[in-house]
Amino acid sequence: MSLLLLQDVAQNYGAFAAIGAGLAAIGGGIGVGKIGGAAMEAMARQPEMQGKLQGSAIVLIAFIEAVALFGVVVGLMGVLG
Amino acid sequence: MDLIKPELGLIFWTALTFFVLLFILRKFAWKPILGAVSDREEGIRTALAAAEDAKREMENLQADNERILKEARVEREAMLKEARELKDKMIADAKEEAQVQAGKMIEQAQAAIESEKKSAMAELKSHVAGLSVEIAEKVVRAELSNKDKQLKLVEDMLGEAKLN
Amino acid sequence: MHSNTFKAFLTILFSLFFATSFADSKDPSEDEKPFNASELIFHHIGDSHSFHIAGDFSIPLPIILWTDNGLVTFSSNEFHHDVDGKTVVEKNGMKFVNLHDKIYQLNEGASVVSLDAEDHATNAVKPLDFSITKNVFSMFLSMALLLLIFLFAARSYKKSNNNMPSGIGRFMEPIVVFIRDEVAIPNIGEKHYKRYMPFLLTLFFFIWINNVIGLIPFFPFSSNLSGNIGFTLTLAVITFVITLFSSKKYYWKHMLWMPGLPVPMKLFLAPIEIIGMFVKPIALMIRLFANITAGHVIVLSLISLIFIFETVWVAPVSVLFTLFISVIEVLVVAIQAYIFTMLSALYFGQALEEGHEH
Repeated sequence: MSLLLLQDVAQNYGAFAAIGAGLAAIGGGIGVGKIGGAAMEAMARQPEMQGKLQGSAIVLIAFIEAVALFGVVVGLMGVLG
Repeated sequence: MDLIKPELGLIFWTALTFFVLLFILRKFAWKPILGAVSDREEGIRTALAAAEDAKREMENLQADNERILKEARVEREAMLKEARELKDKMIADAKEEAQVQAGKMIEQAQAAIESEKKSAMAELKSHVAGLSVEIAEKVVRAELSNKDKQLKLVEDMLGEAKLN
Repeated sequence: MHSNTFKAFLTILFSLFFATSFADSKDPSEDEKPFNASELIFHHIGDSHSFHIAGDFSIPLPIILWTDNGLVTFSSNEFHHDVDGKTVVEKNGMKFVNLHDKIYQLNEGASVVSLDAEDHATNAVKPLDFSITKNVFSMFLSMALLLLIFLFAARSYKKSNNNMPSGIGRFMEPIVVFIRDEVAIPNIGEKHYKRYMPFLLTLFFFIWINNVIGLIPFFPFSSNLSGNIGFTLTLAVITFVITLFSSKKYYWKHMLWMPGLPVPMKLFLAPIEIIGMFVKPIALMIRLFANITAGHVIVLSLISLIFIFETVWVAPVSVLFTLFISVIEVLVVAIQAYIFTMLSALYFGQALEEGHEH
């Protein structure tokens, strides 16, 4: 039974890929959330720094997001490859 | 897999388009736009500096004006004071001169009075002397009309002379 | 205000009702292939040799091939919309087929393309394909738009007597100044930034306009150019090459022999730094590609829901979510262009850093 299931999954790489992409999204989500939260807090503490904080927060989010996107791309490779 | 396999054709066209864009826009768009922006910023900066300068100059001018005004006031004050002093001095001088003049006149008058007095006295004296001589002559004449009396006088005089 | 909202709601409801009845009135005997969402999506986000407009109507685009026997050009019209390799076009004694929007040249003697189990051609080779595809067409369109916008903008400066822009120039100037003041100067520094400004500006506006073109869902827009890995690869490689060419001694010293660390640590760090040097442009490439592609995939998936569930009643949900995602995408495409430019500037700045003694 389980063997059959595995065989079925192996024929549908998409499932694995989706799980991989989902895991990557979790990681990225945590990272972006932490940055966003910290940036918000910093902005609340020092509203006069808002512009600078926003800029660097966006850049940091881009870095984190890249990691999640690597996961997505690897997932895509799984589906399409 | 096609999705993540870059295609040579697209790479070629992208590179070509990008470089053409870069070249044309750099020459005909970015240069004028950035130049205009920086010119304008430079203009604003110089205008601000000029305004600052003008303000400072204005302040200087105002300070100058105030100083000149103050100086003028001081000068006026000084002139007034001088004039007042001059006036006082003139009055004082005039007073003094008048006093001196008056003193002199009084002195002269006194001197005149004195000399008048002296001359009057002298005249009086001479008059009195003449009168006295006349009187004495008359008295002596009367006295020495008889011999006895003459002798007696000589006697008295001699007696007096002895005592000296 | 409230009554207007209500009226709009009623209008939508009624139009949906009529749409439903219209859909129901369609002849059900029409036998069609079962709807395949992923095929539709991948067809859309991939490249194509013809520009599909509506229904069966599409604009043929020129095909330019560099084969062993020289340049071959013909119109994609000659394939008659065939992407399964069935129509064979013969030019200069060579036979070509269009297999899933890739042009193959059949080997000598073959007259029909034969496929293996995974749909790959076994008796054909791929010539170098410089065709004006949908993406290339869209790129030319973006180039024309950019030239139009910025040459007009630049002219408006010249026309005015006090260097004040008018019209489109007034809209573009704050963005140009933003790139200069927020991207170039803080990252590259006052000393060198002027040299990189044309590149950064061109990069930013090129990416942005192509992202926006991708968001507009009708002809002549709607291509997925900035979500194509070839496009992002090219831009990332250009950034990488410029970084290498502007790098100074300090950059290499810090990468290969980090000063102020014990020797084993230096040996350990050097390979990591070298890998990092290559990962940076790769990350640039993947970030733009995946972000834009993901945006297209989400929108198309939401629309596909209507056809997957085979009911028009999903349409309001689909449309609302598509609208929502599209609004976010408008933001995302600008941010992605900004991030690509920003990180390029950051890398240039790192490469240009002068050694300040430790």
